[in-house]
Amino acid sequence: MAWTNKVLRVNLSEGTCNSEPLNTEWAQDYIGQRGLATRYMVEEVDATCDPLGPDNKLIFATGPLTGTMASTGGRYSVITKGPLTGAIACSNSGGFLGAELKSAGWDMVILEGKSDKPVYLYIENEEAQLLSADDLWGKSVWETDELLHKKHQDPQLRIAACGRSAETGCLYAGIVNDLHRAAGRSGVGTVMASKNLKALAVRGTRGVGNIKDPARFMETAREQKQVLADHPVTGEGLPTLGTQVLMNVINESGALPTRNMREVKFDGARKISGEQMLEVRKTDGRPNLTTNAACFGCTIACGRISTIDQGHFTVENKPQYWGNSGGLEYEAAWALGADTGVDDLDTLTYANFLCNEDGFDPISFGATVAAAMELFDIGAITTKETDGMEFNFGSAEALAWAAEKVATGEGFGADLALGSKRLCEKYGHPDLSMTVKGQEFPAYDPRGIQGMGLAYATSNRGACHLRGYTVSSEILGIPEKTDPLVTDGKAGLVKAFQDVTAAWDSTGLCLFTSFAWSLENVAPHMDSACEGDWDANRLMETGERIWNLERDFNMRAGLTAADDTLPKRMLEEAANTGPAEGKVSGLAEMLPEYYKERGWRQDGNLSDETRERLRLPG
Amino acid sequence: MQKSLHIDPGKCTGCVQCELACSFENEGVFNTAKSRIKVFTFHQEGRFVPYTCTQCDEAWCMQACPVDAIVINAKTGSKDIIEDRCVGCKVCTIACPFGTVNYNQDTGKVIKCDLCGGDPACASACPTAAITYIDADTTGLDRMRAWAAKTDNAAQASA
Repeated sequence: MAWTNKVLRVNLSEGTCNSEPLNTEWAQDYIGQRGLATRYMVEEVDATCDPLGPDNKLIFATGPLTGTMASTGGRYSVITKGPLTGAIACSNSGGFLGAELKSAGWDMVILEGKSDKPVYLYIENEEAQLLSADDLWGKSVWETDELLHKKHQDPQLRIAACGRSAETGCLYAGIVNDLHRAAGRSGVGTVMASKNLKALAVRGTRGVGNIKDPARFMETAREQKQVLADHPVTGEGLPTLGTQVLMNVINESGALPTRNMREVKFDGARKISGEQMLEVRKTDGRPNLTTNAACFGCTIACGRISTIDQGHFTVENKPQYWGNSGGLEYEAAWALGADTGVDDLDTLTYANFLCNEDGFDPISFGATVAAAMELFDIGAITTKETDGMEFNFGSAEALAWAAEKVATGEGFGADLALGSKRLCEKYGHPDLSMTVKGQEFPAYDPRGIQGMGLAYATSNRGACHLRGYTVSSEILGIPEKTDPLVTDGKAGLVKAFQDVTAAWDSTGLCLFTSFAWSLENVAPHMDSACEGDWDANRLMETGERIWNLERDFNMRAGLTAADDTLPKRMLEEAANTGPAEGKVSGLAEMLPEYYKERGWRQDGNLSDETRERLRLPG
Repeated sequence: MQKSLHIDPGKCTGCVQCELACSFENEGVFNTAKSRIKVFTFHQEGRFVPYTCTQCDEAWCMQACPVDAIVINAKTGSKDIIEDRCVGCKVCTIACPFGTVNYNQDTGKVIKCDLCGGDPACASACPTAAITYIDADTTGLDRMRAWAAKTDNAAQASA
C-alpha cells in the first residue's frame, strides 16, 4: 500500500510504453525511489556498461510517501549509471513532478535503449506515449517547458526536461522540473539526452490513495508537521534564509572552501549570504529575494524566489531574466561564489538562473570554473584556451560568460562542460581538481569538518554533501554535537548518517526534514501508510542495505578501494586560517575503521557475511 | 456567528497542503486535481494565491441551478451541492463568476467548497496561516491592524 504497484517501462529503441507490476518483494526491502530503483538497476543493467550508451537505463522513481500529505512528500529521484563518475548516480528533486507522476498512477518509469530521433514522454494517467521532440531539440529547459504547455493546451502539465548543456555533452547536466527544481548532480541529464529523450510531460488526476490506515496517517502527518514548525531550523532558519542560512555559519567555522579550496575562509561570504539576499539593493530598491517557496506538500518552504536587478550587467537588454525565478541555495552560492572568489550576488543569481534554464549542476559547474581559474592563475591555461576571457579568481564577468558558454557547449564552454577532473587532466594538473570519483566537492572543507572528508571519500555518487551530512552533527549539533576537528568516532558517525539518508531518500520525503526529525518520526508515516510493519530499526537496516547495494554496483562497475580518497590538497595542504588552521583531512585515520564498521574487506568489497546479513543479491 | 474562509496570499508558499487536505476530506484520496481549493502560482511575479468559493450571499450558482441541487447550509452559510439532485448540467459552473464550481468527470456531478461542514480542512492544514477560518464580519481585521500600525500619531501624542 501507498505504492501504486505499477511501473511504466519505456523502450526508447522500439518506441514502446508498457505497464508492469511493481516487484513488491523488493519494495519491502528497498522501499522506493533511491533504494528500489537501484535494485532494478542492479538486476537489469550491466554495471560495466557505457553510461551514455543504449545499455544504460534511466529510472524516474517516486517513493511510497510521494504524493501524500506527509510534509515534504513530493520527492522523486533519477537513478542511472552516471557519466561523470562511472558510478551509480541518484539525483533527488522536489517541485511537483514526482507527485504528479505518482498521481498518474506510477511508482516509477524505467527508460531503456535509445531513440533514433528526439522524443519526449507524454503521460496522462495510464496513457503513455513517445512523441516527436524535433521542435524541442536545441531548446533550453525553459523554452521546452513553455512549448509543451502551449502544445498540449494544459497549464497543469508538469514537465521535466534536459537542456542544451545535456544535448551538447556536458557531463554534469541535470534534469530540471517545474522550471527550477532539479535532479541536479552526477550527469543524469546527460544520460537522458544520450537517449534522445528531451522531456517528460506528466498529468496525473487519479490521486494517491491506498493508504493502509488513513486516520492514523493523517494524525501522524499533522503531528509531524508541528514538529517541523516548532524546530528552529525547519520552522524558522530554512523558511527565512533557505539553505543559505549556512553561508556565514560555515565561513565562521573556517570550513568554507575558497578559490578552488586553496583557502577555507571567504572574505566576501557576507555579501553572498542568505542575509544579504534580504537586503534592499541600492540600485533598484528591491531585495534579491522576493519570497520563499515550497515544493509539493512541504511545510518548511526553504525555496528561494529571486530577481536580478534589471540594470545589472548580466541581464542588460535581456528581459527574459527580469522576472522571478529560482534563487540561490547554499551549495550553489558557495560553488558559484566563494569557490570562484566572486562576491557579487546578482552575478551568482544570474549564473544560477542559467544553470536552471539549461540544466547543469551549479555545484559542479562552479567548482569547475574555480579549477579553471586556478589553472589560469598558474599559467597552465591562457586567454588562448579561454577564447580571450581573463579567467581570474573573483571575476564576475568570467563566471557569467562561463555559464553562457556551458549552457550551449560553445568554445571553452566545451572544456568546462567536462567537469573539473577531465579539465585539470587535459591541462596537465590533475591534482588541482577538487573531486572524488570525478564529482566535484560541495561546500564544506574536509579539513575543517573532518567527518565530511570521510563522507566525500566514500560517497557512492562521488563527492556529495547529501549522502552523509555530518555537518549536521559537527557544526549544527543535530542530533548531537561532535567536534568537527577530530577524527575519533567519525567512521561510525558517517556510516550512521549514510544509512539513515539512504532510507530517507527512498521514502518520498525530503532530507531537510531530518534537521527536526529522526527515523523515529519517519517510521509512523511509513507504518500507517504502507504494507508491513515499519519502525526506525527496520528503516535503518534498510538504509544500510541500500548503501551496500549501491556500493556493490560501483565495485562491479570497476571502482576500487583506491577511489575512496580525497584530492592531495585535502590530505597534504593544511588549512591556512581559522579553527582548522594547520590541519589536513585525517582520512587515513578514519577509512580503515569505516571499512570495518561497514563489514567490508580491505579491498573495499562487501564481505560474504555482510552480503548475507543484509540479504543482498549475489 | 457566521465564519468565512479568509485568504492572505502574502503568506502562501504554494505547498498545496490545502489541496491535499481538501481532496482527502472530500474524496478520500490525495489528489490536487479533485480539490475544491486551488493554489495558483504566478511565476514571474513570485506569488502564490489560494482561491476557492467565497460563499456569495446571493449565490449565482444556486440561482442558476434548474433542479435546486444547491442549497444554503443553515449552520455555516455555505452553499452545498445535494449530490442526489445534481444532474451534471454544469449551468452553475457557467453562472459562477469566479470559476469555483467545477465538474467532476468521475461522478458526473459538480463539486464546490462546502466549508467541510464548519471545520474546513484546508485551513487546518495550512502551515503558514495563509488560509484561516474566522468571523465573517471581520475578515478585514488583520489588514486594518496592519494599516493602523503604519498610522503616524506621534504628532497627536506630543500636541
